[in-house]
Amino acid sequence: MIPAAFDYYRPQDLDGVISLLQEHGDDARVIAGGHSLIPLMKLRMAEVPHLIDLQSITELFGIEVGSKIRIGAMATQSDIINDISLASAAPILKEASLQIADPQVRYMGTVGGNVANGDPGNDMPGLMQCLDASFLLRGPDGEREVKARDFYQGAYMTEREDDEVLVAVTFDAPKGGYAYEKQKRKIGDYATAAAAVIISKDGSVCKGASIAMTNLSDTPIFCTDASNSLVGTSVTADDIKKAVNEMIEAIDPAEDNRGPVEFKKHAASVVLTRAIKSAWERA
Amino acid sequence: MPGKMEIKLKVNGEDHKFSAEPRELLVHALRERLNLTGSHVGCETGHCGVCTVTMNGKSVKSCTVFVAQADGADVTTIEGMGTPDNMHVLQQAFREHHGLQCGYCTPGMITRAAKLLEENPTPTEEEVRFGMAGNLCRCTGYQNIVKSIMAAASEMNSAKEAAQ
Repeated sequence: MIPAAFDYYRPQDLDGVISLLQEHGDDARVIAGGHSLIPLMKLRMAEVPHLIDLQSITELFGIEVGSKIRIGAMATQSDIINDISLASAAPILKEASLQIADPQVRYMGTVGGNVANGDPGNDMPGLMQCLDASFLLRGPDGEREVKARDFYQGAYMTEREDDEVLVAVTFDAPKGGYAYEKQKRKIGDYATAAAAVIISKDGSVCKGASIAMTNLSDTPIFCTDASNSLVGTSVTADDIKKAVNEMIEAIDPAEDNRGPVEFKKHAASVVLTRAIKSAWERA
Repeated sequence: MPGKMEIKLKVNGEDHKFSAEPRELLVHALRERLNLTGSHVGCETGHCGVCTVTMNGKSVKSCTVFVAQADGADVTTIEGMGTPDNMHVLQQAFREHHGLQCGYCTPGMITRAAKLLEENPTPTEEEVRFGMAGNLCRCTGYQNIVKSIMAAASEMNSAKEAAQ
């Protein structure tokens, strides 16, 4: 499978990237790890006359961990898994990253590509919504921040303008228990259903909860009602059931080769129940 | 019509320079330009792992890398690991423990396993299975592949101890 021909660029700084994006408009795409884009190009589902490789843009690399965490767009899943301070400050990232694709893909797959692409099957968008992360976008007029919860409009449609580059994700170090639960047909597959959950505890009462679901609509779904329903409870089996019912109201799965709608709702219920239980135990 | 570009690659320690369209896949450049046909082409969709090589210290699927992205890279293929007369420990172990049947997936298995053992020289069986999850084999049922990698790991570790 050979993609359509394209011109290749490897600019050395972000200004170079942005001016190429301005020049070529939606005929240009940036490429990070390429493990979403290259398969689409090979299948000729995406045609990219001008391909702009980000591999030399050093400011897009790196992970900074403090009370605020900043992950550069070019940090790979493998970088996340092996970053010891990140694993201790925000272990849900490692837990989720280990469930993405396979080792070879994790060496190449980046955070920026995973969140900016807008593929509903990607795991990081839901995770970033759960963490209430912000995405930093750099364009010709400078930098702006968009909340992960406001970023996704539809499948492959996001708030990013054609001449903007997603340069980093930032979020506050999460407090409390966490879990990323993913149901997939086989290793390396996208989720049939996945749940990201963070819960904080005050004594035996839930003080705060954040729930986001993946691949159960054409965007990730941050479940406000399900999250709120857990707050103030002791997260009993009944409380979990209520939260799961709220989640089912919020998602909108479509039938595809991962199963019919009813099955997806069932899988969503199972992964969310497991994730809440596990996050509560760890809180 | 987009043109060709000059590509520089270091493969198995040897420098190569050629002109190619940016869209050419790394696996095709290795096989068809450099005659290194050990890296195979299987699914072509980044799932099966038969095209696995080491690029700049990472195990990558060379069917999912454009040659333009690899420009300037340092690549190791199965040919860079051992020869029939001087096999790599992993190659020897796959032979001894019958870690292959048809052999099509073997170059990818061995290049990936080498990187896995470099990063984790004393893996558990479960870690081997998880670390090899990007490589498919339709013959062996994986049992003997895992056995071969475990055997190679212990061989490499005893050689290291003996050297100390």
